Amino acid sequence: MSTAHMVRTLYGSRIRSQAAYRTSFVSDLAGQVLIVAVEFLELWVILANVGTLGGMTLPQVAVVYGLGALAFGIADLLLGEIDGLSTYIRSGKLETLLIRPVPMLLQISSLDLSLRRLGRIVVGLGMYVVALGIAGFSPTPATVALAVIAPLAGAAIFGALLTMAGAMQFWLIDGREFANAFTYGGNYVATTPSAVFALPMRAFFTFVIPATLVAYAPTLVLLDLPGPTLLPQWTGWMGVPAAILTWTVAALLWRAGVRKYTGAGG
Amino acid sequence: MLAYRRIAAASFRQYSTYRVATAAGVFTNTIFGFIRASIMLAAIGSAGGELNGYDALQAATYVWLGQALLAPIEVFGTRELALRIRQGDVAIDLLRPVDLLGQFYAAKLGRSGFLLLARGIPPMLIGALVTGIALPSEPFSYLLGASAVLLAITVAFLADMMVNLAAFWLIETRGLTTVYMAVMNLLSGFLIPIVWFPDWLLTIARATPFPSMIQTPIDTLSGRLSPLDALPLIGIQVGWVAVLAGAAVLMLRAGVRSVEVQGG
Repeated sequence: MSTAHMVRTLYGSRIRSQAAYRTSFVSDLAGQVLIVAVEFLELWVILANVGTLGGMTLPQVAVVYGLGALAFGIADLLLGEIDGLSTYIRSGKLETLLIRPVPMLLQISSLDLSLRRLGRIVVGLGMYVVALGIAGFSPTPATVALAVIAPLAGAAIFGALLTMAGAMQFWLIDGREFANAFTYGGNYVATTPSAVFALPMRAFFTFVIPATLVAYAPTLVLLDLPGPTLLPQWTGWMGVPAAILTWTVAALLWRAGVRKYTGAGG
Repeated sequence: MLAYRRIAAASFRQYSTYRVATAAGVFTNTIFGFIRASIMLAAIGSAGGELNGYDALQAATYVWLGQALLAPIEVFGTRELALRIRQGDVAIDLLRPVDLLGQFYAAKLGRSGFLLLARGIPPMLIGALVTGIALPSEPFSYLLGASAVLLAITVAFLADMMVNLAAFWLIETRGLTTVYMAVMNLLSGFLIPIVWFPDWLLTIARATPFPSMIQTPIDTLSGRLSPLDALPLIGIQVGWVAVLAGAAVLMLRAGVRSVEVQGG
């Protein structure tokens, strides 16, 4: 069976099964949209009071927020379920996945492919495009290319972080929440103008967890803004290299985790 | 009474056995505290040092108290009762010789007690060292603060129970829980102080029980409000406890009448 065929079969069945429960799906989707709206409302209320946050105006912050939400939304749709790996480990369900001739990461990814997570993607994309229009984006071939690449590179970075968080659960079954600081915390940092962070934090969320490279740094290029210390404008182009680097680490960690796994005695 | 005390004690013990999970929670709450504090402090910096009655120290206190209350209040909601209703296990809970809401409340108090001590206090101490925190000067404020926290936990518990009880009619409540969580996080003042809201949103927030869950205990404990100003807010909390308790009891009764447990 080819990989493409496996992907089609696995994801196709999930999509069909979720479309079957319409009311539940619609309320789930509305909930997701509301979460994104409320998160952005936090920034909006602050900016309504003070004018600029981290040196950015509301439309500029909206570009950062929209781009970050879009990137995280894509990663969360595909790999968000890895967060629940410890549940599979505890219940012994992981063994049944291991014996199937399909890569485990693909199975986990499609196990609960939650279409409700489309809510974040749709709102993020809408906000990103509209805010770019208002905030003064001047399209050149280079900036248009970056505008398209940035959310994909960001999604790859978050995907790698989610995979690392999942892999860590092979060692820390109870410590699932530990990884949230880097995944959901990374999302929080990515959707915020990074100039608000003190230097040690900015360094950590750039060089260790590359969250500032997901949305804030590309926005500096897209809107031609100067960056703060540690994040000059050119770091906006560092999304793809950062994604490759984080995926290399994530893949190694994942393989080590699966090798370490000895089963729940099932 | 003894039965409820035992449930609470068992719930406290149960949570205290998850040491790694507690440590992980403390770590994550601390990181989120620093992210939230950075945003608040940047906003206050842009505003010239003071924003709607909050200076830098009070804003930092606001964040750390909020992070301390997050786990005991359970700002992300619970799903246990809803799942028990869906699976029919609620029939067993109803057969027990203690009141259903009482059982869950006793368990909640035990859990919250542990979470407050083990997950709330450590990030606050770290926050106090890094950003500093403001504490009330009046000894009476501490007593009021403790009451406000207990009432806040009770209001949050009752509202959360009502969301769970909706499972009698909705069966699947995940979407409702998500909607509730989003609204609660905003209107309770968990994300930003409600006095920063534009007037229309502030009016909406004040008409709901949500500020009683986070804003009131924080304002009372941080000494931002004098005991005299805090008292009416605590009165509002008591009022919401009464209203929500009545509503939850009615909902449970109606739900039990409509319930149909399969394979009984």
